[in-house]
Amino acid sequence: MAEVTLVEAVNLALARAMEDDPDVVVLGEDVGINGGVFRATVGLQARFGPERVLDTPLAELLISGLCVGMAVQGLKPVGEIQFMGFLYPCIDQLVNHASRIRNRTQGRLTCPMVLRTPHGAGIRAPEHHSESAEAMLAHIPGLRVVIPSSPERAYGLLLAAIRDPDPVVFLEPTRIYRAAKGEVEDSGEALPLDVAFVLREGRDVTLISWGAMLKETMAAADALAAEGIAAEVIDLATLKPYDEVTVLGSIAKTGRCVIVHEATRTGGFGAEIAALIAERGLTSLLAPVARVTGYDTVIPMARLEQKFMPSVDRIVAAARKACQFS
Amino acid sequence: MADGGLPVIARFEVRHRNYLAPDGSINRPLPAFASDASLLASLYRAMVLLRNFDRKAVALQRTGRLGTYAVSLGQEAVSVGIASAMREEDVLLPSYRDNGALIWRGVKLEEILLFWGGDERGNHFSGPVQDFPFCVPVGSQAPHAAGVAYAFKLRKEPRVAVCMYGDGATSKGDVYEAMNFAGVHKLPVVFVATNNQWAISVPLRLQTASETLAQKSIAAGFIGEQVDGSDVVAVRAAAEDAIAAARDGQGPRFIEAVTYRLGDHTTSDDASRYRPEEEVQARWKEEPIARLRAFLAGQKMWSKADEEQLAAECHERVEAAVERYLATEPRGGETMFDYLYADLPEAYVAQRRQLAGEGDG
Ligand SMILES: Cc1ncc(C[n+]2csc(CCOP(=O)(O)OP(=O)(O)O)c2C)c(N)n1
Repeated sequence: MAEVTLVEAVNLALARAMEDDPDVVVLGEDVGINGGVFRATVGLQARFGPERVLDTPLAELLISGLCVGMAVQGLKPVGEIQFMGFLYPCIDQLVNHASRIRNRTQGRLTCPMVLRTPHGAGIRAPEHHSESAEAMLAHIPGLRVVIPSSPERAYGLLLAAIRDPDPVVFLEPTRIYRAAKGEVEDSGEALPLDVAFVLREGRDVTLISWGAMLKETMAAADALAAEGIAAEVIDLATLKPYDEVTVLGSIAKTGRCVIVHEATRTGGFGAEIAALIAERGLTSLLAPVARVTGYDTVIPMARLEQKFMPSVDRIVAAARKACQFS
Repeated sequence: MADGGLPVIARFEVRHRNYLAPDGSINRPLPAFASDASLLASLYRAMVLLRNFDRKAVALQRTGRLGTYAVSLGQEAVSVGIASAMREEDVLLPSYRDNGALIWRGVKLEEILLFWGGDERGNHFSGPVQDFPFCVPVGSQAPHAAGVAYAFKLRKEPRVAVCMYGDGATSKGDVYEAMNFAGVHKLPVVFVATNNQWAISVPLRLQTASETLAQKSIAAGFIGEQVDGSDVVAVRAAAEDAIAAARDGQGPRFIEAVTYRLGDHTTSDDASRYRPEEEVQARWKEEPIARLRAFLAGQKMWSKADEEQLAAECHERVEAAVERYLATEPRGGETMFDYLYADLPEAYVAQRRQLAGEGDG
């Protein structure tokens, strides 16, 4: 088994999907000869030709709208948006068309598309390149929102997303595109969507996160272990629809919960999880649910972005505080 | 040489096509299909049916039995003319005002009523299974048309996507993004802008400083043509040419059908607030149904008896459709989950049960 980075795992999955299914089409800005600005599509055009690996004009709404048209025709388009800050023009297509054409037409037309984009801050990128808008997307009925946190899950979940009969937005954690390495077997096997992954078991406190923040969350779990606190770590992986069963099961076990996301706090996806626990897990709780998140600001540029993002220390402190209740 | 002796490197022109004058007389030699009397009669019948259907739909809305509805009054020739030039296997991507095109393609009247009556089952219609439903967010179907046409091209299928929108829609980036892409890849797609002069209360001159809408395709690298959109012969002829060229691999075409919206924008609109009555009255003299009838009558292809029989047929057809629409049983609330995803995610099972009255939520 080869050790690959997360972005290489994305590339492996795309190549595998294109090999297995002639209907899979990759499109976006610079995805062809350049292989994408993060090299996620490198080599694909040489292998599958410019008709299936398509450099589009610089028009994000178009990319998402083309995906809808292609998908309704039975192709399996995988659109790439270069950075999440440029995904906003696609929201119209995602909300008004991709996510609801199955429902609007009562199953007559369907939209098996994937829209991929790098997600999140921490790479010292220019303005507008570091967005974490997953909660906005997770609010859209009929959509799936998936965020992998390791090469293995990037490979397996992207294959699942491409094979899924409904539209999926696939958010790739930019910060760990290359930092995360792991063994990935190019087996063509998908991982399940809508299912959370328990990365580490523990009895004292549940830490829930997704994407790049799992790096800090896992480090926090290590630090807590050194203090004798056993943290359970959940990678939510699919945010829409999300795995309530695993979340509630873990809370029933630990009685304490810290949710970690780098997106801004108000209306973030952490609020959704906290509400679920308040509604259906309250009697298990031994401590208030805590959120460790980005602040309610514009995501700052390079000089301040580390201050914006949740740190290992902030996560440890929140978990420690939760454990002081009993 | 232009100013300063600089060379002119490109010139463009936009043509306008018209055959039938407002009084039904002929301006130019007619296209071949116009010698087929039964075809012309069927175009005429379709326009009259649409006008009858519209009238009934408005009456239903006024009596609280239909939601907001957009009539085609005055612009019947566009949707009928365009759809009549399509093949079954082509794909239509209509806007909310293109009822006439859907009906031509086999969508049942009661299905259209169901849709405007607020029931998604109307979109599961009897027309060609791959046709798109009415698009309500203006112009947002144009990128879909480009995607559909790309799929045709990739699979080497001799099919054409036909995308219809209004003059207001041509102000949107979506429309230009789609046209631009279609031009780059020479896609088999025909874009049709129904220029009915108004986007709700905003007249064309506030929508664009462009002399024609047809010229908007020039920037995207393909032919745009203007047609008299109240002359169904011209609309159909332009559509035939454009669709044939697209099918033949010559790339996209754009048709600006210049017509006039004689009615309100929708049943929720009162056009008298922004539009002078004299303007509307003057435009009534150009409307497409009387025009074709005058031509057909002049050619002895249509009689008073034909007209009476058609009126009776339309009445019967519309009334029967209304009856079926009104008799359609409402669905259970839980069915709103049924086509949300291919399989209902576990996370929403409880919500569905609640709607079905089976859970406490
Ligand atoms: C994106 C969007 N903005 C606004 C509206 C509200 N709206 C509905 S129809 C309309 C005018 C459209 O005019 P035009 O494109 O000329 O088509 P027409 O209604 O005249 O056929 C507007 C503003 C909408 N449906 N979609």
